[in-house]
Amino acid sequence: MSTIRLRKVTKRFGSLVAVNRADLDVEAGEVLCLLGPSGCGKTTTLRMIAGLEDATEGDILIAEQRVNHLRPSQRDIAMVFQFYALYPVLTVAENLAYPLHYERLAKEEIAKRVKRVAALLELESVLERTPGQLAEGEKQRAAVGRAIIRDPNCFLFDEPLSRLDIEQRQVMRGQIKELLSGLSKATVIVTHDQLEALTMADRIAVMRDGNIEQVASPHRIFTEPTNLFVAGFIGTPRMNLVEAALTETGEGHCRFELGGQRVRLPITRPGLSAGSRITFGVRPRACEFTSEPGDDTISGTVDLVEPMGAETLVHLLHGEQDLRVVVDRTIRLAVGEQAHLRFEPESVHLFDESGRRVEAAA
Amino acid sequence: MATQAQAAAPGGLKQHFSNWRLALVIAIVAIPGSVFLFPLETAFWVSFGAVILVTATVVTRAWGRRPGPLLVAPALATLLVMNIFPLLWSLGLSFFHFRANRLSPPRFAGLNYFEKVISDPNVWDRLQTTAIVVVLTVGIQLIVGFLLALMFEREFPGRRILLMLVLTPMMLSFVAVGAFFRYYYEPTFGLLSQAVRLVTGEPYILLASPEGAIAGIVFADAWMWSPFVMLLVLAGLVSVPKYLYEAAEIDRASWWRRFRTITLPYIRGLLLLALLFRTIEAFKLFDVVFLITEGGPGTSTETIAVYLYRVSFQYFKTAESSALAYILIFIVIVLTNLYLYFVQQREKEEEAPA
Repeated sequence: MSTIRLRKVTKRFGSLVAVNRADLDVEAGEVLCLLGPSGCGKTTTLRMIAGLEDATEGDILIAEQRVNHLRPSQRDIAMVFQFYALYPVLTVAENLAYPLHYERLAKEEIAKRVKRVAALLELESVLERTPGQLAEGEKQRAAVGRAIIRDPNCFLFDEPLSRLDIEQRQVMRGQIKELLSGLSKATVIVTHDQLEALTMADRIAVMRDGNIEQVASPHRIFTEPTNLFVAGFIGTPRMNLVEAALTETGEGHCRFELGGQRVRLPITRPGLSAGSRITFGVRPRACEFTSEPGDDTISGTVDLVEPMGAETLVHLLHGEQDLRVVVDRTIRLAVGEQAHLRFEPESVHLFDESGRRVEAAA
Repeated sequence: MATQAQAAAPGGLKQHFSNWRLALVIAIVAIPGSVFLFPLETAFWVSFGAVILVTATVVTRAWGRRPGPLLVAPALATLLVMNIFPLLWSLGLSFFHFRANRLSPPRFAGLNYFEKVISDPNVWDRLQTTAIVVVLTVGIQLIVGFLLALMFEREFPGRRILLMLVLTPMMLSFVAVGAFFRYYYEPTFGLLSQAVRLVTGEPYILLASPEGAIAGIVFADAWMWSPFVMLLVLAGLVSVPKYLYEAAEIDRASWWRRFRTITLPYIRGLLLLALLFRTIEAFKLFDVVFLITEGGPGTSTETIAVYLYRVSFQYFKTAESSALAYILIFIVIVLTNLYLYFVQQREKEEEAPA
């Protein structure tokens, strides 16, 4: 079985902890994205799985075997590098065939496989060129081809799309996802682009400062962020996170104080008691403007209007806070206008003082 | 001022302190004239004055208007006087009967001396010696330099200090290296002889046999110049992106395949450059040979450069040595161009998409 497991894996560079007790399971056929800002340890984690870095502590298991002591060449893995790492003096065909030499295959067999992969990735017309003569997208496809030409234990991708332009990225995202879905291998993709992670991954592991903050499906990462960092990191435009106070907890409702205004919402949080300081989070697409103020709305002044095509991003100044609201482009608001905002109760996220998510049910 | 003068009489001989054309005409008339009319000493001073006049007008004219050429002029003049003129002069001499230690004026000899040099068995013998030395020393330098570079590519404790020590021979003067190895090979208290005596009980005279003497010279030269090859190769090795090795490791490439497809392409050009430099230098090898063996025993280590020195400054066959020197320059130029030809061929091969 093609699986990857990390058990309390730690990597230290001197006194710097790059990866801190990471636990991770990637099952066969699953695509896991390591997502996080630069310097969060996601690439280090990937390189430890590949064997290019040694883990300071913990166990790395590939195909259920502990591989800490094995060299990268003994781990039977395929990897796509950020800078592609195509061999510059070899042609694309020779680059694709490179990982096959180890298996001592017959010439015809190698040629057959190269042809198959080239057809899959639309590289037939450039097989005799060297990497220097390729366009960026072709280089990227050649690098992917060199990885999938083998039948390894798992696939590792290090920022595979970071050097492509936006259009190529969209195409390649789909292509890679399609390719991987047919291979039933454990795959780890490192990326700093959440859109890439959300579209390609079966599960996402969000990392910050060497810690894995949350591992969940793209849907759950989005709807149930486990803490303030994940909530703020995932989703564009960013989730609105407002310091608030819980003033009253009642049967089926709670009262909050946000920036001096009171609001009553039909939600329950058994884990919280009245008077606690919380962070109130709501996504820009989970609220709407109403014409009349009510006890479930807050008011503010329209500060900035950014049309984004199909939708419009409105910045609402509420006390000191800047609230981002995405509305349909048919709704027109003028700067300086007074507006009233209602939140979708089921889309409200509450975080306690330590930044952890408070669940609706205990 | 000068522009006005130019506008008034373009290309004319108008009287003006910066009119270099006029000065040139005066010089061209005055110099041969004075040689014919006046005694030699006076003619010299007249010619000298004319040259100064031309220089002064050219400088005045260029002053502030074309500072670039004016600034390089001294360097060009020095090069011309010290380098190019003697070069051409010696080329001229090779066509004349002339000996630098005789007063008799040169007589035209045509290609006589070139013919003589080419048909001289001594020259062919010395060229053979040179070829043996070149092949041995360049081969050893490339191999040792390459291995040293492989060693220094990796980080290890004391690398910097060791690197500095290894690079030292290259920075020593030839004379120091020659003197050092002379003592090193010395029969009675030389280090080599002492070491051998510990084993055999007999003093060892390396330089007594032709083969030993060649080995001694090759060793000294290789010791001095292997670091140079190492430096070039090391520059190539560190320019290889690390991720290529990582990719090859993951692709499970063998050591040899990794070397052939990743390392070699990055250092090939530099290796060829080292080969060229070292071959040309070894071809001209003089200092070390002259200091260690003086060409002996007999003429067994007399390289072509040492032979040239003897013909030129010991036998004072100036014309013959000039001819020989020009034949050597010709050989070096041919070697260099062969090298450049191969490099360009290779580049073309790499560029052309099939």
